[in-house]
Amino acid sequence: MDTRKLEETLFKGLMIASLALVLGVLAGMILVIVLRGASSLSLSMLIQTPKGGYYLGKEGGIANAIVGSLYLSFGASLLSFLLGLPIAFALQKEYLGRRLAWITRLSLDILWGTPSIVYGAFGFIVMVYFGFTASLLGGIIALALLMLPIMTRSIEEVIRMIPPELKELTYALGATRLETTLTVVVRQALPGMVTGILLAFGRGIGDAASILFTAGYTDYLPRSLFDPVASLPLAVFFQVATPIPEVQNRAYASALILLMIVLIISLASRLLSRRFSRHIIR
Amino acid sequence: MLLAVAFANSIVLLIAFGLFIKSRPILAEKSLSHLLLSSSWHPFKGEFGFYPFIVGTLEVTAIAMILSVPVCLLSAIYLSEYARNRFRNLARLVIDIMAAIPSVIYGLWGVIVIVPFVRVLGQAMDTPTTGYSLLAGGIILAIMVSPIIISVAMEVLRTVPIQARETALALGATKWQAIKHVLLRSALHGILSAIVLGFARAFGETIAVLMIVGNVPKVPKSIFDPAYPLPALLANNYGEMMSIPLYNSALLLSALILLVVVGGFNLTAHLTLLRFEKR
Amino acid sequence: MPHISLSNLSIAYGNHQVLKDITVDIPDGQITVIIGPSGCGKTTLLKSLNRLTDLYEDIRVQGEVRIDGVDIHDPKEDILALRKKVGFLSQKPFPLPMSIYDNITFGPRIHGMDEKQLFQQIHEVRRHVPVDFPGTLDDRLSSHDPRGKGLALLVECYLRLAGLWDEVHERLHAPATNLSIGQQQRLALARALAVEPEVILADEPTSALDPISAQLIEKQFKLLKNRYTLVVVTHILRQAKRIADYVIFLYMGELVEHGPAHEFFNFPRDERTRAYISGEIS
Repeated sequence: MDTRKLEETLFKGLMIASLALVLGVLAGMILVIVLRGASSLSLSMLIQTPKGGYYLGKEGGIANAIVGSLYLSFGASLLSFLLGLPIAFALQKEYLGRRLAWITRLSLDILWGTPSIVYGAFGFIVMVYFGFTASLLGGIIALALLMLPIMTRSIEEVIRMIPPELKELTYALGATRLETTLTVVVRQALPGMVTGILLAFGRGIGDAASILFTAGYTDYLPRSLFDPVASLPLAVFFQVATPIPEVQNRAYASALILLMIVLIISLASRLLSRRFSRHIIR
Repeated sequence: MLLAVAFANSIVLLIAFGLFIKSRPILAEKSLSHLLLSSSWHPFKGEFGFYPFIVGTLEVTAIAMILSVPVCLLSAIYLSEYARNRFRNLARLVIDIMAAIPSVIYGLWGVIVIVPFVRVLGQAMDTPTTGYSLLAGGIILAIMVSPIIISVAMEVLRTVPIQARETALALGATKWQAIKHVLLRSALHGILSAIVLGFARAFGETIAVLMIVGNVPKVPKSIFDPAYPLPALLANNYGEMMSIPLYNSALLLSALILLVVVGGFNLTAHLTLLRFEKR
Repeated sequence: MPHISLSNLSIAYGNHQVLKDITVDIPDGQITVIIGPSGCGKTTLLKSLNRLTDLYEDIRVQGEVRIDGVDIHDPKEDILALRKKVGFLSQKPFPLPMSIYDNITFGPRIHGMDEKQLFQQIHEVRRHVPVDFPGTLDDRLSSHDPRGKGLALLVECYLRLAGLWDEVHERLHAPATNLSIGQQQRLALARALAVEPEVILADEPTSALDPISAQLIEKQFKLLKNRYTLVVVTHILRQAKRIADYVIFLYMGELVEHGPAHEFFNFPRDERTRAYISGEIS
């Protein structure tokens, strides 16, 4: 009898140790980044672009990366939302046959798991084919593809949560299929959709592999869709392995800003979904 | 609307097709088996042996799985079966945040903390190393796949009905015995899927590993040696892609390989999970 | 045989008071039936007797449950021994995800019983309960056969006791989930008996079964009371009349009336009891 309890205590100990390890690592990570990055953070860091080239220049800040990331993510979110919304609607049983819906979901699942560098490689091929070089547009396209499965799935889950009685009610009142969908469903789904967009946005802003080939990098803010654009993840990537401390500082500052943005989005989307779900009928 | 659906469905095929077309030149020149098994990587001489990269990828992924699976399963079991509600929700929050942290930041932390750690470890074990190694890559990957494995495993455990636990406990089993003999059996498929999903993620992860794994195109002889996984190869050399056409083709072939392998694993895991849920 | 007595037992889930101040003694060696309308605390009362209530996080238990004079909620008491002593049959049978054979041996295995203990147990059972083993079995028992036989005998013994042997003896290693629900409940009975409890708790054991299986279970219960104390929850008045020796009537979490079956059904003292028996309230 005693051996059973001993075994349980042993495993319980192992379990707690494992969990402590996992949580401890996360805490450690955030702590290290914050500590190293905080010292590099200053107003000038945030609003100036690097002077003397990002790789060697000792002055200036990371405004190019901050603005670039925002442009990229907003653009990609918009694009993937425009693509994802119709797909999510179409996936309701009313519009597609069962087979087609299943295949579409399968495709989205594959896309979901595809490594982001594959999107980068594909984006590169597309760019070469159409004859433009690494630019804001290229980055947006690659990121939008990356975000598409996330966006579509979030929107779809939200729509699925809408009770069918609500839709039936609107039918009964004489609206056509399209009208029903647009008015009733969208209003119920809006809060959840906003959350979904936030989640996709957060994913996109942190990704480096997909924009490595497609967005390029530059010291400047992009003036058109066809200019290369800097980004926070690449700012870290390119500037961290340098002997020059000022350049390294820019990398740490970028990391900190990126981390903060992602944390804020994560917490915000959680809060939003909790707040809005109170108003939704179930 | 149908247009969008058509787009979604075809994009996977388009990507695969595009990569395949671009890989054709090198596949025409050399046989697939030669490419996969040769260790000599000298692109400027026209030699493209992918073997070191494939081995590098497999080894770093294996290390990551060996390190993370036991820790994650134990954590998931604790959170699902022993933890109080409040703590469980807090832990879930933390784990979700971990999942959202960009790869680059894991890489940065790896450079600051893991690389010196491995360097010191190597010294302690009489194996000199810069720290940029297979082990470092494996450790960071293990950390990165943990959120997926834990959260999927937790979900799977939560779906086992409470009667399973009640029945075992009512017969006089300890909680751990109930978990060991009943829960884990019921949830086995789902847990395996969680592991496969983690594996797929580890296989394709690029940036963080790239920053700390060393990037030397030779088959590593120990875990303290640098390695060069396939995604890292692709990421490092995109600049060269325009200069030598065969190089271009070789790199895009590696992208294709990644797509197929990771896609295959993900698909299997998802389908298994789907079947598990239906039961 | 244990003497089960409850004193001032009150149980609440969160803000909801489920049981109010229950004081009653449960007689040994008889079938005690707990009746009352659905949702008035019968299951909770039953589960408090083997502390299955521990599985629920917000539960608050006040008062005492004493078995053999010992308060079962005393932290010094061994909960595993308690659960071995007090067996439980749930409303919907849950076959463990293993073969029929393994289901039955699960209990003895987790308690780490050895061959000698198994044989002793089987001997004891035969002394008190008519288990119709074929004649040759006596030889098997007395010859103390090689290892592994103990468990096989155990399985046969309890499957016969539960009235299931004839139907499954040719497929003992098939998965238990393949059985019909009536068979699964009898399997659950055999499984619970295999750890040699002194008390058997049954929560609506026949409500999910077809009439024939229900009859079989009732028949086995009547056989078992020679050796075990049974406490059965039911909301089927006729079933109570068929099997009860002692009746406890719960209404809205309160103990309204209790007594020997004959007195209870023919000379009810409380208004509510009379109403319930006559079918006015259910």
